[in-house]
Amino acid sequence: MTLRAAPAGRAGAWAALGLLSVLTAVLGLGVGSLGWEPPWVTLAADPAGMSLIGDLRAPRTLGAALVGALLGLSGAVAQGLFRNPLAEPYLLGSSAGAGLCMALLLTVGLPWSLDVGWWARLGLTGAAFVGSVAGVALTLSLARGAAHTLRLLLAGVVVGVVLGAGTQLMMVWSGEAWRVMQAFMLGNTALLGWPACLLMGGVLVVTLPLAWALARVLDALSLGEDTARTLGVPLGTARSALVAVLALSTAAAVAQAGLIAFVGLAAPHLARPWLGASHRSLVLASAWVGGLLLALADVLARWIIAPQELPVGVLTAVIGGVYLLVLLHRRRA
Amino acid sequence: MTTPPWITCLDLHATRGPRTVLQGVDLRLTGGAWWSVVGPNGAGKSTLLRCLAGLLPAAAGRIDWRLPAGHTGPTLAWLGQDTPGDEALSVAETVALGRLPHQGWWPWSGGSAQDRDAVEQALVDTDMTWAAGRPLGALSGGERQRVHLARALATQAPVLLLDEPVAHLDAPHQRLVARVLRREAARGRCIISVLHELPLALQADRLVVLGAGRLQAEGPVASPSVHRAVEQVFDQAVQVRCVDGRWAALPCFDADADTP
Repeated sequence: MTLRAAPAGRAGAWAALGLLSVLTAVLGLGVGSLGWEPPWVTLAADPAGMSLIGDLRAPRTLGAALVGALLGLSGAVAQGLFRNPLAEPYLLGSSAGAGLCMALLLTVGLPWSLDVGWWARLGLTGAAFVGSVAGVALTLSLARGAAHTLRLLLAGVVVGVVLGAGTQLMMVWSGEAWRVMQAFMLGNTALLGWPACLLMGGVLVVTLPLAWALARVLDALSLGEDTARTLGVPLGTARSALVAVLALSTAAAVAQAGLIAFVGLAAPHLARPWLGASHRSLVLASAWVGGLLLALADVLARWIIAPQELPVGVLTAVIGGVYLLVLLHRRRA
Repeated sequence: MTTPPWITCLDLHATRGPRTVLQGVDLRLTGGAWWSVVGPNGAGKSTLLRCLAGLLPAAAGRIDWRLPAGHTGPTLAWLGQDTPGDEALSVAETVALGRLPHQGWWPWSGGSAQDRDAVEQALVDTDMTWAAGRPLGALSGGERQRVHLARALATQAPVLLLDEPVAHLDAPHQRLVARVLRREAARGRCIISVLHELPLALQADRLVVLGAGRLQAEGPVASPSVHRAVEQVFDQAVQVRCVDGRWAALPCFDADADTP
C-alpha cells in the first residue's frame, strides 16, 4: 500500500504551469497597442524598444502577475480560514474600505488629483491601502475579533454594504470622482510600474511564506474548529496571523490595481484538482495560478481590441467564470 | 477499580447559554476500559464529552487529568458529531491530520515511518484502505464517518473521546467499530463514547447513564442497578435483557406499557 503516492499527473501539472508562465511572460513583453511582435525583434529593431519593454511592458506584466498572485494567495487563505468555497479576498471589507477612502480623497481632499500625476497616483494608492486596512479593522472590531467565523463573515458583509453605499454617495456628488472610481471598480493593470512591483513583491515575500508556514493549520481547520483545537492548533494566534495575511495581501493588490474580479475566488478552485488540495501545495499553487491568470488577462486586455484596451477585470471575470463553470460541470458529470 | 483515575470530574456543572445542561456530575475514568455515555436527547451527553475534551469550560466544579507518569505526546483524540471535511483532500491526507499533534506545525515536518504506520493501521481498522487515494467528497456519509474515526484513531492518544462514532454506519461496520474500541481499551486506552445505539452501548465495559443533566448511574454493563437507570431515563421505552448470554435493549412500545 502506498499512501504517499501523489497522483502521477501532479508533477506534470506543475511543469505545465511553469511552461504557461514562461509563455505568458513572453507574450506580456511582446504584445502592445500594435499587436504582437516578438520582444527580441522589438529590442533589435528600435532604439526606443528597450524603453518600451523595460519601462512599460515588463513592469506591467510582472505587476499583473503580482496582483494576481496576491489575490490567489488571499483567496486560498480566505477559503481555508472561513471553510467556505465561496470565500474570496474582498470578504473582510478591504475593497469597500479602499473604495471609500479613494472616493473621499477624490471628492473632498485632493483638488490637484485630477491631473493624474505621479504624486496623485501615490496619494490614491496610499489612500486605497489605508482604506483597505481600515475596512478590515472595522470588520474585525464589529465582529469583536477573529474568534467567531460566522460573526466575522456577517460583519464583513455589513461593512461592505455600508461603506459601498458611502462610496456611491460620494460618486453622485462628484462627476470627476466617478470617472476615476470607475477605473478602480473595473480593475486596471495599465499603470503598473516598477515601484508598484517592488511594493507588491515586498508584501508577497512576507505573506506567502507566512501563509505557507500556516498551511497545516488551514488543513486542520477543514475539520472544524473543535477538532482543530483538540489537534492542538493555537486557534487564536493562527487565526490572527491568517487574517493579517489576508488583509495585507488584498490591500496591496487593491491599492495598485483596483478591484480585480474573480481571480481570488477562482484561483484556488483552478489549482485544487490539478495541484492538490493540501494547503502546503495549495497556498503556493493558488498564488501561482492567480498570477498566471491575471498576467494572461492583461495580455488579452491589450490585444483583443488593440489599439484600444479592455478593462482587465472584465476579462478575468469572463475567463475565470467560464472555466470555473466548465470545471464544476465536469466534476458533477 | 484498582488503578488511580486518569480523569476525575468533581461536581461538574456546565451551561449552554442560559440553560444549565450538566449538574453536579462526579465521575472517575481510567485507562483499560470503554465507557459508553447513554441517555435521552438533551440529557447532556455531548456537553459532558465537550467538557472532558476541554472544548467547553466547566461552569462550576472541575476536571482533573492525571495520566500515568512518563506519558508524552497528545493526551486525547476527539471525534465530534457531523465533522466537516475538505471535500478535495484525499482520505489518506485527512486521516494523516490525526498525526498533527505528533508532528509540529511546520509545513515540512511529518511523514515519519510511525506516522505512516499509524495512518495505515487506522485505515485498516475502519475498513477504508481501499479508498486511501480518493477525495473525501466522493464518499458516502457512513464512509466519511469512518474516515473521521480513522483520523481520531491515528492520533494514538491514551484517551479517545467519541461523540456518536457509529452515526450513519451499517451493522457490519458498527460491529467493526465495537471490536476496534474493545481492542483499544484492552491495550490500556481510556475510551469514552456517546452512543445513541443502545445495543452497541451495551458492548462497552461500563455505562454512564445521564438524565436531565444529572448522573443517574455509572457502573459495569452487567450491573442490574445500571439497567434500571437506563430503563428509567428512557421512560421505560426500552428494557435491558439478557438474550442468549448477551445484553440487549428491547424496545417497549406497547400501549399499556407507558401508562403507569
